[in-house]
Amino acid sequence: MTTAASITETGPGHEGDSPYALSHLDALESEAVHIFREVAGEFERPVILFSGGKDSIVMLHLALKAFAPAAVPFSLLHVDTGHNFPEVLDYRDRTVERHGLRLHVASVQDFIDRGELRERPDGTRNPLQTVPLLDAIEKNRFDAVFGGGRRDEEKARAKERVFSLRDEFGGWDPRRQRPELWQLYNGRHSPGEHVRVFPLSNWTELDVWQYIAREKIELPAIYYAHEREVFARSGMWLAPGEWGGPKDGETVETRLVRYRTVGDMSCTGAVDSDAATIEAVIAEIAASRLTERGATRADDKMSEAAMEDRKREGYF
Amino acid sequence: MSTTNATPGVVDAGATSLLRFATAGSVDDGKSTLVGRLLHDSKSVLADQLEAVERASLGRGQETPDLALLTDGLRAEREQGITIDVAYRYFATPRRRFILADTPGHVQYTRNMVTGASTAELAVVLVDARNGVVEQTRRHAAVAALLRVPHVVLAVNKMDLVGYEESVFAAIAEEFTTYAGSLGVPEITAIPISALAGDNVVTPSANMDWYGGPTVLEHLETVPVVADPSDDPARFPVQYVIRPQTAEHPDYRGYAGQIAAGVLRVGDAVTVLPSGRTSTIEGIDALGEAVDVAWAPQSVTVRLADDIDVSRGDLIAPSATAPAVTQDIEATVCHVADRPLTVGQRVLLKHTTRTVKAIVKDIPSRLTLDDLSQHPAPGELAANDIGRVVVRTAEALALDAYADSRRTGSFLLIDPADGTTLTAGMAGTAFAEAAAEAAPAEATDEDGWDF
Repeated sequence: MTTAASITETGPGHEGDSPYALSHLDALESEAVHIFREVAGEFERPVILFSGGKDSIVMLHLALKAFAPAAVPFSLLHVDTGHNFPEVLDYRDRTVERHGLRLHVASVQDFIDRGELRERPDGTRNPLQTVPLLDAIEKNRFDAVFGGGRRDEEKARAKERVFSLRDEFGGWDPRRQRPELWQLYNGRHSPGEHVRVFPLSNWTELDVWQYIAREKIELPAIYYAHEREVFARSGMWLAPGEWGGPKDGETVETRLVRYRTVGDMSCTGAVDSDAATIEAVIAEIAASRLTERGATRADDKMSEAAMEDRKREGYF
Repeated sequence: MSTTNATPGVVDAGATSLLRFATAGSVDDGKSTLVGRLLHDSKSVLADQLEAVERASLGRGQETPDLALLTDGLRAEREQGITIDVAYRYFATPRRRFILADTPGHVQYTRNMVTGASTAELAVVLVDARNGVVEQTRRHAAVAALLRVPHVVLAVNKMDLVGYEESVFAAIAEEFTTYAGSLGVPEITAIPISALAGDNVVTPSANMDWYGGPTVLEHLETVPVVADPSDDPARFPVQYVIRPQTAEHPDYRGYAGQIAAGVLRVGDAVTVLPSGRTSTIEGIDALGEAVDVAWAPQSVTVRLADDIDVSRGDLIAPSATAPAVTQDIEATVCHVADRPLTVGQRVLLKHTTRTVKAIVKDIPSRLTLDDLSQHPAPGELAANDIGRVVVRTAEALALDAYADSRRTGSFLLIDPADGTTLTAGMAGTAFAEAAAEAAPAEATDEDGWDF
């Protein structure tokens, strides 16, 4: 692996000459582990948002390393849109089982069934996740909520803190954010408020994939190229399903695709790809001319400030 | 060790290092253009981001894409055409991964500059070649010096507007180097550029044959980021105690933390502060792997040979070089909250992993960063003020001088009522000793700056 044992492994010509060099992945890993441990030390009821997507999988992997050989002192929370990829749900359940974790599920479907949320005309449930998420945080009295958001994803996220204070309505006020200096994270909050914590703030999509490769982390198979029935909508390949696609005039075809992000099926698009291995995926991302959200997320195309607005309301 | 390499064009995860740097300057200096060009020319701006900028620029009636929109993320910023907050940007070359803290330059945003500089190993200060070193430039240099940023780059921008004249550049570089050097900035590199035309940003300029140094990007790629930690006394603030209490690990007791400075070795005699108890390092677990040696900034778990009382907030340090503990702190601070800091105020002080009650005993002076003039006994510090404070803490802290250790010499003052971060503190003398010659007469006041 890495770290201290690699004193003699440091390759020539890169910082090379210091035996105390750390690779960028070592530095990012150390920073994220530090963040997890700060939260464990200062909060009562932390929870990790776990969707079964690659960023949440990397978060869990880092948390496991941060507290080994003890168990992770946090539970998991999945906000379930009801439009899940079966491979991802299966991965989620196996992961919870293997590590003996406790999983909370906040179900969008339950809120719709109770009449507390209404289905949108376009069928997407991504924006509907905010209410069940905030409800679960309140009911379980979670005071720190780990999210896999990265600052490189989106420009409103670029100004997000590592420790991001949310008011009693779960809202994010960019002007109320605390200056974050050195590695001194201020997690103080009043009863009813909570703090969103982003351990992967400084990671890029490529870092995440390189780390997955280095640590040999298993991912749901849909991240790698596979044949799938898809249809085109808003310039992306969506997978048919009970969520309501395809509509009239949309034709289904079988293509070789993979997913760059994993979210609600109704607004997460697949990309044409023959990258069937981690090495091929990394090469593909390094050469890509589109960001992962630009390539795969319909919900971010709504307006210039779509993410900023959702964040203000309490979204991830 | 890794399975990710050998693909051409792919950053080799095992071999690249990470550089955190900050830029300070205003739109007028061309900062957004410089940042936009670094991102754009290193191919870090992707097609959909550029399209979004083009769409937004057209929507505002601008014909060419405004690269500043890449960095102005919040609606209020776009509406007002200004940058309010620190924006973090990410890009990579085959040699290095970069984290850029992009900070606005005006005086009311000093706290953002201080925030960006606090984690930076390098700061880029921009000047307009037509104006040379101005008040704002001196303020940026002072922030870099105050925060002890190890490397400073002076980017003399808009060289195209002064005919690419070597003498213009040389005069500005000379004036800045003298000033920043007097503040104790250890390494200064001056580079003549035109961010708009692209001269010496990513590619060498064809218009300035007289300049033989690196481009901005070349310098960022090659500046050494690893200071040798073996010269620094080791500092290990304990974050969390790991006790599995399982059948497999019935007696495991490990102290989890990130090494803040120096090198830890198995067998080191150590002292736990503030209690003063001593022991020996029995083992170091580096995230799943037992190692004999570990160094800053690695996150590790340390096991001690003796079963002594150690908890979050304690500092483990080699017995030979352990810091003194104190309840009386003198520090230079930057006030970051909108409400003022006053003498007599009761606050919380967060230092490494320890948070204690404290009282602001005195605010001996406020400093104007533009000219380093002092204002004795200001009574309070307002947002963006830099000043000296004297603080008394309820419990002893193992505090280093900030000059010796950025990580264990820094602290926050927090409002106990609502948790607001009030003030960022740096223990000890403000600027390096070299400043003594630069600012003579003013320092005669007993309560003044310790130049």
